[in-house]
Amino acid sequence: MRVLILIVSAALAACSAAPTQEQSPAEVTDAQKTGTGPQTKPVPDRQVATVDLTGKGAARSPLTDPNSILSRRSIYYDYDKFDVKDQYRELVEAHARFLRDNPKFKMLIQGNTDERGSREYNIGLGQKRSDGVKRMLMLLGAREDQIESVSLGEEKPKAEGHDEAAWSQNRRSDILYEGEY
Amino acid sequence: MRTLLAALLFFCAAFSASAQLTIEVTGAGAKRIAIAIAPFPGESGLASISGIVRTDLERSGLFRSVEVPASGAMTEASNVSYAEWRARQADALVLGSVAARQDGKFEVRFKLFDTQKSADLSGIAFTLSRDQARATAHRIADYIYEKFTGEKGVFSTRIAFVVKRGNRHELQIADADGQGEESALVSNEPILSPAWAPDGRRLAYVSMENKKPVVYVHSLADGKRQAVAHFRGSNSAPAWAPDGRTLAVVLSIEGGSQIFLINADGSGARRRIGGSGSIDTEPFFSPDGQTLYFTSDRGGSAQIYRMVVSGGDAQRVTFEGTYNVSPRVSPDGKLLAYVTRNAGKFQVAVLDLATRQTQILTDSDRDESPSFAPNGRMILLATINSGRGVLSAVSADGRIKQRVPYTGGDVREPAWGPFIK
Repeated sequence: MRVLILIVSAALAACSAAPTQEQSPAEVTDAQKTGTGPQTKPVPDRQVATVDLTGKGAARSPLTDPNSILSRRSIYYDYDKFDVKDQYRELVEAHARFLRDNPKFKMLIQGNTDERGSREYNIGLGQKRSDGVKRMLMLLGAREDQIESVSLGEEKPKAEGHDEAAWSQNRRSDILYEGEY
Repeated sequence: MRTLLAALLFFCAAFSASAQLTIEVTGAGAKRIAIAIAPFPGESGLASISGIVRTDLERSGLFRSVEVPASGAMTEASNVSYAEWRARQADALVLGSVAARQDGKFEVRFKLFDTQKSADLSGIAFTLSRDQARATAHRIADYIYEKFTGEKGVFSTRIAFVVKRGNRHELQIADADGQGEESALVSNEPILSPAWAPDGRRLAYVSMENKKPVVYVHSLADGKRQAVAHFRGSNSAPAWAPDGRTLAVVLSIEGGSQIFLINADGSGARRRIGGSGSIDTEPFFSPDGQTLYFTSDRGGSAQIYRMVVSGGDAQRVTFEGTYNVSPRVSPDGKLLAYVTRNAGKFQVAVLDLATRQTQILTDSDRDESPSFAPNGRMILLATINSGRGVLSAVSADGRIKQRVPYTGGDVREPAWGPFIK
C-alpha cells in the first residue's frame, strides 16, 4: 500500500510539473521580439489531472498491478542451480528498466533454498541466487546502490511440504521494493 | 479480567511443562558402573536431589542404577558396610541428606563410596536456595561422574536451541538434561546458529527480524543484545574465538559469502580471511584459536577445509562423498564432527584428525548442527523424528544414543554450552 501511495504522489508531482513547461509557448516570445501584432497572453492551463483510486484507472502502481509484469516478483530455480532461467528474463528486464527509469527506487532481493542440508550453507546458496539477480539487473542498467541482495536460506519456505513439489516453490529469489519490507 | 489473566497464566504454566525435554538412553556402553543412590533424608521438602543425580548418571550411559532397600534412612554420616553393598553388586554408593535452615535456605551434604575398594571418596556440602535444587543435584552428579570416569561431568552445563511453533521462534536455554528451559529471545522471524561465548554468559546468533540475517551478541543475564554484524547484504554463521573477544562471521558485503573476523563488541573494522569467489561459511575455531575449519564449495561440491587464521592457503579436510558440512572440532582438538550426505541421508560423522578415520554416528536421515559437550564425550544434534525437529545426542564413539521425545514444537539449532566456572 505504501508503494501505491508513493507512486500516486509521484504521478501527481509529475502532473503539476508538466504544465509549467507548456506555459511559455514559443509564439509568445516570437511575438514580443518581432513587435508585430497584439500582445498575447497565455491562457492559464485549466488541465485537471484525475487521480483514480478505484483500482481500475491508470494511476494504479505498475509494481502491484496484476496486469503489469512488475507485479511478478519471484524467480524459481532448479535444484542446485543459481542462474536465472530464460523464462524469467523478461521479468528481470522489466524490473531493471523500472529501476533505471526510477532512480530513487530501491530493491531488496531475498534468495531462498529448499530445506535440504545445512541451514548456514543454505544461506550461502540463497546468497548466490540473489547475487545473480542483482548482477543481471546491473548489467541491464540498474545502479548498484539501488539493490541489496540477501539470503534467507531455507528459513522462509513458501510451501511447507517435504517433497519436490514444495522444494521447487522454495528455491527462489523474491523481489521487494522499499516500503514492502 | 483477573480470571482471564489467571487462566492465561495457568495455560502458560501447563504449556511450559509439556515443552520439557527428556532425554532417553536408547543404547548404552558395554560396561557400566553400578551405582546405588539412597534417597537423601529431608529432600522431600525441596526436590528429589537423589532422583535427579540418578537420572543424570544413567543418562550418560556410563552408569546403571542399583536398587536401594527401603529399610532405614541412611545419611552421609551413617556407617557403611562395604561387603553388604558389594553383595548387592554395587560398585559405588551415594549417601546424603538435606536440612532446612532458619533463614529459608537449605543445606545438602553427600558422600561417595567406592564399595569395591572399600574407600570413602569424600563429598561436598552445599548451601542453596530452593530454586537451586536442580543445579545442586547436577553438581553432585558431576562430582560422582568425575571420580569414577576421570573426566569432568557436563550435567551442570547448559544448552541453547531454537523452538519454532507456527511463526513463533524461541531461543531457549536449558540445563544439559533439557529441563528448566527459559526463553532468551522470542521473535516472529527465524533465529539460527546460536553460539556460546567461552564465558557461558553470552550467545551470538543470527536473527532475521530485519528481513535479512544479522548477527547479534546477547547477554543472557540481562537480555541486552547488540547487532555486531549488520552490514549491507547477509550476515551469518557466528563462531567465537577462544579469547571471547573475536567472532568469525560470514558476510556478503564484499560479494558472495566470505569469512571475516570482527570484534565481539561490534567495535573496530572487519578483517576478511581467505576468500575464494565461492561460498565460504560455517567457520569454527580450533581450541587453540589458530585454525579455522569451514565449509566451502570451492572444489565444486560442499566440503570442509581449514586455514590458519593468520593467513595462508586453505587445505581440504574431507574427501569422501559430495556433501560434507557444519564442521565442529572437539574440545581436545582431536576429532571433527560434521554432517555428511550418505545415500541421500544427512548424518553426523566424526573424523579422527590424526588417523583420518571417519565414522558415521547416526542412522537418522536429516541430522543438523552437531555440537560437542565441553568434555568431548557426547555430541548434541538436531534431527527429524515423525516430521518434527527433535534433539538427539550420540557419544563421540557412537556407542551411546539419546533421544528427546516430542516437545510441542519444532526443535532445531542446538548448541552445547561451555563448562561453568
